[in-house]
Amino acid sequence: MESWRQNRVVFWVLGIPPTLWLALFFVIPLGIVWFISFGEKRGLIDIAITGTLDNYARALQPLYLQIFWKSIWMAGAATLICLVVGYPVAFAIAFAPERWKIWLMLAVILPFWINILIRTYALIAVFRTRGFANFTLEWLWEKGDWVLATAGLGEYHLLGERFVPLNMLYNNYAVSMGIVYAFLPFMILPLYANIEKLDRSYMEASFDLGAGHWRTFTSVVFPLTWHGALSGIIIVFIPALGAFFIPELLGGTDSQLIGNVIERQFKSANDWPFGGALSFLLMYATFGALALRAVLVGRGKALEV
Amino acid sequence: MANLQAHPAGGERRLPTGRAGRVDRRRVPIGPLEYCRRWWLQLIVGTTFLLLYAPIATLVAFSFNDSRRNIVWRGFTFDYYVKAWNNQSLFDAFVNSLTIAVVSTVVSTILGVLAALLLWRFRFPGKAVYEGFTALPIVIPEICMGVAMMAFFARVGWPTGLPWPLNLSNITISHIAFSFPFVAVIVRGRLIGFNREFEDASKDLGASEWQTLRHVVLPYLRPGVVAGALIAFTLSLDDFVITFFTSGPDTITLPVKIFSMVRFSVTPEVNAASTVLIIITVIATVAATRLQVPTRPDNPGGG
Amino acid sequence: MEQAAPIISIQDVTKRFGAVVAVDDVTLDIRPNEFFALLGPSGCGKTTLLRMLAGFESPGEGTISIGGKDMTDVAPNRRPVNMVFQSYAVFPHMTVFENVAYGLRVVRTPSSEIDSRVREALEMTQLIDFADRKPDQLSGGQRQRVALARALVKRPQVLLLDEPLSALDAKLREAMQLELVRLQNSVGITFIIVTHDQNEALSMADRIAVMEGGKIRQIARPSELYEFPNCRFVADFIGKMNLFEGRIAGRENGKIGVEVAGLGQLWLPADDNGPVPPEAANVGIAVRPEKVRLRREPEADRIALRGKVNQIAYYGDTSHVFVALESGQVLSANLQNDARSAFQSIAVGEDVWCSWDPGDVLVLTT
Repeated sequence: MESWRQNRVVFWVLGIPPTLWLALFFVIPLGIVWFISFGEKRGLIDIAITGTLDNYARALQPLYLQIFWKSIWMAGAATLICLVVGYPVAFAIAFAPERWKIWLMLAVILPFWINILIRTYALIAVFRTRGFANFTLEWLWEKGDWVLATAGLGEYHLLGERFVPLNMLYNNYAVSMGIVYAFLPFMILPLYANIEKLDRSYMEASFDLGAGHWRTFTSVVFPLTWHGALSGIIIVFIPALGAFFIPELLGGTDSQLIGNVIERQFKSANDWPFGGALSFLLMYATFGALALRAVLVGRGKALEV
Repeated sequence: MANLQAHPAGGERRLPTGRAGRVDRRRVPIGPLEYCRRWWLQLIVGTTFLLLYAPIATLVAFSFNDSRRNIVWRGFTFDYYVKAWNNQSLFDAFVNSLTIAVVSTVVSTILGVLAALLLWRFRFPGKAVYEGFTALPIVIPEICMGVAMMAFFARVGWPTGLPWPLNLSNITISHIAFSFPFVAVIVRGRLIGFNREFEDASKDLGASEWQTLRHVVLPYLRPGVVAGALIAFTLSLDDFVITFFTSGPDTITLPVKIFSMVRFSVTPEVNAASTVLIIITVIATVAATRLQVPTRPDNPGGG
Repeated sequence: MEQAAPIISIQDVTKRFGAVVAVDDVTLDIRPNEFFALLGPSGCGKTTLLRMLAGFESPGEGTISIGGKDMTDVAPNRRPVNMVFQSYAVFPHMTVFENVAYGLRVVRTPSSEIDSRVREALEMTQLIDFADRKPDQLSGGQRQRVALARALVKRPQVLLLDEPLSALDAKLREAMQLELVRLQNSVGITFIIVTHDQNEALSMADRIAVMEGGKIRQIARPSELYEFPNCRFVADFIGKMNLFEGRIAGRENGKIGVEVAGLGQLWLPADDNGPVPPEAANVGIAVRPEKVRLRREPEADRIALRGKVNQIAYYGDTSHVFVALESGQVLSANLQNDARSAFQSIAVGEDVWCSWDPGDVLVLTT
C-alpha cells in the first residue's frame, strides 16, 4: 500500500467521484434530517430550524418509548428465533460434504435475494384464515379426530366439535414470524462463515480429552464461533428494528413499530421534525448496537460487518 | 479438517475378499464429526428449508392457478401473466424499475470500482473514518436513508414533473448511493487475492498507470466487477423502502406497485408480477454467485 | 518384553475414502512402553492409521484393540488414548491451566485433584510459570508442550503424536526430540508418533513402521531399518542410497554372483536371513554413500570402480562427492571432514577409485 502523496493524480481521480457522490447524496441528506430534527413545523412544508429539543422530548414520551421498547422486544425475539434456528442449519452446512456445501449455501442465499416484500406477501397466503398453515392444521385435526373416532372416543369431541381456524395473521406473532422469515439468511451466512473457519482439530481435541458432543459444543464450538453469532444478531436486529412494511402487511392495529411511526411522520402526518428525531434515535440505537459488538469482539474488527 | 491421507496412485483396488467368518463390508458408523449424517440435524435443516421455500413455491404456483382466489388449485393458466402484462400501470412500473436498475448499475459499478481501488491502493489520513462512511449506507436502517433522501430532494428543490425518464432521476440517484458501497465491498474482496507484484511488474516493463490499470488490474478484477454489477442490479430492482420514500405518483416502480396492490387485495396478478421479479433476480444472483467463486490468485487473467 | 501382550493390536485394517484406499490391510502390534514411529511420505496413510487409533476415523474393515479390548467402533472420548495434534489444537479461548484441566473437568474429576494433577503436568513440561497465559502469548514450542501436558494429564495408556515437531524450527525440533524421549521414559507409557522425517523416527523410536501407499513396507528397529532395508522403497526413503540394477548370475560357496551393467560381475556374501533370490532374477544392488571410500588407487578386498569427480557439495561436517563412473552412472560418496584439510583432499575433475566392502552391499529383490 502506498501513501496518497506518492501519486496524487491517481489518488484524486479514484477518490473524487465516489466521495462526492457519498457526500452529496448520502451525508448531506442525513445532515438535513438531522437539522430538521431540531426544527419546528411552521406550515404545511415550512420548517424553522430553531435548535429546539422538543421533538426528542416528545419521542421520549411514554407512548413512543413504549413503541420503541416494543420494536426492540419484537426485533429481539425474532433475532433470537433466527439464532436458534440458524445455528444448527449453519452448523450442518459447515459439516456437510464439500460438494454439497455450495448448493446448500445457494439454497440459503436464494430466498435472501428474492424481494423481501414479495416474501412477506407470500407469508400472507400461508398465515391467513383460509391459508395453508390452517389447511395443514385442519388436515391434522381431521386425522386426529378420525383416529379418536375409530378408537371409540368419537362422542367426546376431545379435539372440539369442529375445526376452528387459528388467527395467525394481523397480530404480533405474524410480524415476528415475518421478520424471522425475512432475515433468517442474514443469520445463517455469518454463522456459517465462522463455523466453517473453525479448525476441526479443536473439536477432535475435545473429544479426545473425553468430552461428549454437547460438552464440546458448549465449551469449544460456541465460544470459538460466537463472533459469527454476534455478527448475525447485529445484522438481523438492525433491519428488524427499522422494519416498517412487515408490520404494515402482517401486523394488526397494535403491531405498529418504530418504522411505521417514522413513515407516518414523513408521509401522512407530515411532521418531519418529529420523524427526523425518531429516525435519528433509531440510527443511534443502531450505532449503539454496532459499538456494543465492536466492544465485545475487540478492537480492529469494529467495521467488519 | 479431515486429514485425508490418500494414496494418489489409483493402483489396484482390493475388493473385500470373502474370508471365512468375517463380514465383508459393514455399514461405516457415523464418525464423530459427520454431523450431517445425524438424523436430528437433517430434520432441522430439512424443516428449515421447507419453511423457507414453501411460501415462495406456493406464490409462484398460484400465479398459474386458474382461479381468482389463491386457495384451491383449479388448473393451469397463463392468464394472469397476460393480465399483468396488459395492466398499463403495472407495465409502466416494470419499465421504470428496469430503467432505474440499468442506469444505477452502470454508475454504481464505476463508483464502486473507484472506491475499491482507492482503499486498496492508498494509505491516507482518516482512512478508517472514510471506510466507515462508505460502509454506512450498508449499515444504517433502510428507513433512515429513505426519509433522508425524501427530505433532501424536497429541501434542495429537485425539479419534479420532468419528462420520462428524467423524472426517475431522484430514485436512480438514491439507488446509486446505497448500491455502490456494496460493489466496493465485493470488488475489494476480489482485490485481496491480487498479487501486487503483477502491478509492479507491469510498471517495471514500462507501462503507465493507465495501461497497468487497463491491461493488468481490470482484467483480473473482471469477475468481481461483474458480480458487483449484478448485485447492484438486483439491489436496485428489489429495493422497496428507499424507493417508497422517493417515488412520486408518476414514478412508481414494480416493488412499490406490488406493495400498493398487496395492501388492497391479494390477486393472482400480483403473484404473476412477483414471479417475474423473482425470476429476474434469481438469474442475476446465481450468475453473480458463480462469478464470485475465486479463481487462482496468481492468475491475472481471471477466467 | 518381547513376550508382553500388545497394548495396541491392529488386525487387517482397511480404510477407504471413496475410491482411494488410504490404509490397506494393515496388521500391526505395538507393545507396552514402546516408542513407536509410523514413518512414510505424505499420503501414505500413516495419519489415517493414527486417527483410527484415536477414533476419528472408523476402519471399513478389520479391528483395533487397545489394552486388550476391542475399540473398533468406540467413540474417541471413550478411548484410553490421547493425542497431540499436528496443529496442537490448544484451545485459544482458554488459559494454559484451563487447557490442561479441560480433559479432567469433562469427566468430573474433583477440583482438588484437578489442581494437583494439572500442576504436576505443567511442572513436568516446564510450563508452570505460564499457567495463566493464553495460547496466543506462547511460542510454538510452548504451545506444543501445552498440548503434551493436556494429553498426559489424562494418564492415557497410549499417547498419539501426529507430526508433533513439524511446525518447529530445526534447533527446537532437535531439543524436543530429546525431550519427548525423556518424557516417554519418565511417564512409562506407549508413544506412537507419526512423522515423515526419517531422522526424527530414527533418533527417537524403539521401532519404526515404514508405510507407503497404505501398506506397511517394513517394521524394524532403527539400526536394522537403516542397515537392512527390505525393499527399494525403504532403502531409498531412509537415508541416501546408491542403487545399481543387476541380475543374479550364479552362486558359489556362500556367495552370490550378480551381473551389473557397466560394472561386470560382483561377488557378494549371501544374506543368510533374507529370501534367496532365484537364478536370473532382477535385483537392486545398493550401497550407502558413507560406506563408499574414495582413493587414488584401487584397494584390495573391496569392490572398486573408477570414475571422475563430477561435483562436490560441502556441508561443513561432511562433503558429498558425486563421481561419474565409466558406465555413466553417478555414484555419491560422503566424506567426513574430520580434519580441516580434509575437504581439499579431492577436487572436481580428478580421477578416483570408489570402493566399498562387499559386506556393506545390499541385494534388494523388491
